[in-house]
Amino acid sequence: MDTLVAQLQRQFRDYTISLYHQGFLDDQFTELKKLQDECSPDFVAEVVSLFFEDCEKLIGNMARALDQTGNVDFNLVGSSVHQLKGSSSSVGAKRVKGLCITFKECCDSQNFEGCVRCLQQVDIEYKSLKAKLQDLFNLEQQIVQAGGRIPQVDI
Amino acid sequence: MATTSTGAIEKTKSVEVKKKLNVLIVDDDTLTRKLHESIIKAIGGISQTAKNGEEAVNIHQNGNASFDLILMDKEMPEMDGLSATKKLREMKVTSMIIGVTSLADNEVERKAFMEAGLNHCLAKPLNKDKILPLINSLMDA
Repeated sequence: MDTLVAQLQRQFRDYTISLYHQGFLDDQFTELKKLQDECSPDFVAEVVSLFFEDCEKLIGNMARALDQTGNVDFNLVGSSVHQLKGSSSSVGAKRVKGLCITFKECCDSQNFEGCVRCLQQVDIEYKSLKAKLQDLFNLEQQIVQAGGRIPQVDI
Repeated sequence: MATTSTGAIEKTKSVEVKKKLNVLIVDDDTLTRKLHESIIKAIGGISQTAKNGEEAVNIHQNGNASFDLILMDKEMPEMDGLSATKKLREMKVTSMIIGVTSLADNEVERKAFMEAGLNHCLAKPLNKDKILPLINSLMDA
């Protein structure tokens, strides 16, 4: 019979793999994990937290800029999209990054409806990723609290 | 605050640079600065950060700064990476300067950035596998 630790580790492994296979994360997230060690045990959580702060700030900027009906500064929106694309790329947030590419194209062509749609999708997507990563970090915590080690997951 | 190069030689490891590098990380994004600091630490270097090109230039103004490597973002407020690189080269700064940009695939932008005085240009996001071989080859050159 599986111990609690073994069950949790299997759950963690399966959940991690699913996040990659469903396109939420890419290889850059793996690179972040490699940088985490005993000296910086919370590195991934800290970087991810900065990313979600960026998301909130930049999405707010984009929403305000798009709210200027008839007088939208698409360069301003595009600048925030560019920054969000950079951040999402740095943490391996694959879906968010993909949406930013489409969003930037809408900005460049001054497609207002397209920009509004992209903004809504980006907002949904980053919140979804935030919830999933929180679940992942919770699983890590449960493993450690049960006396186990967090398994290395090969994608 | 200016720092001096350590100059210590370390045994070559496959995961670290051949010499303990003193690196200046120039980027306006907090997340990117944190990521690059961690990468430099992971490859055996030490780092200092600047939030934009103007800060990077100011660090060098008193003549005491001596970095082995400067990682220079392109798009920054106050002074962008291209302008900062030009200014540093005018000041006779001989550090390796690697441009780090999300526009690296745009050949025109990349060319202009290189011509400002870079040793090389890399696309974001950086990781150990991308930067380590480049640093070692630039140091061998």
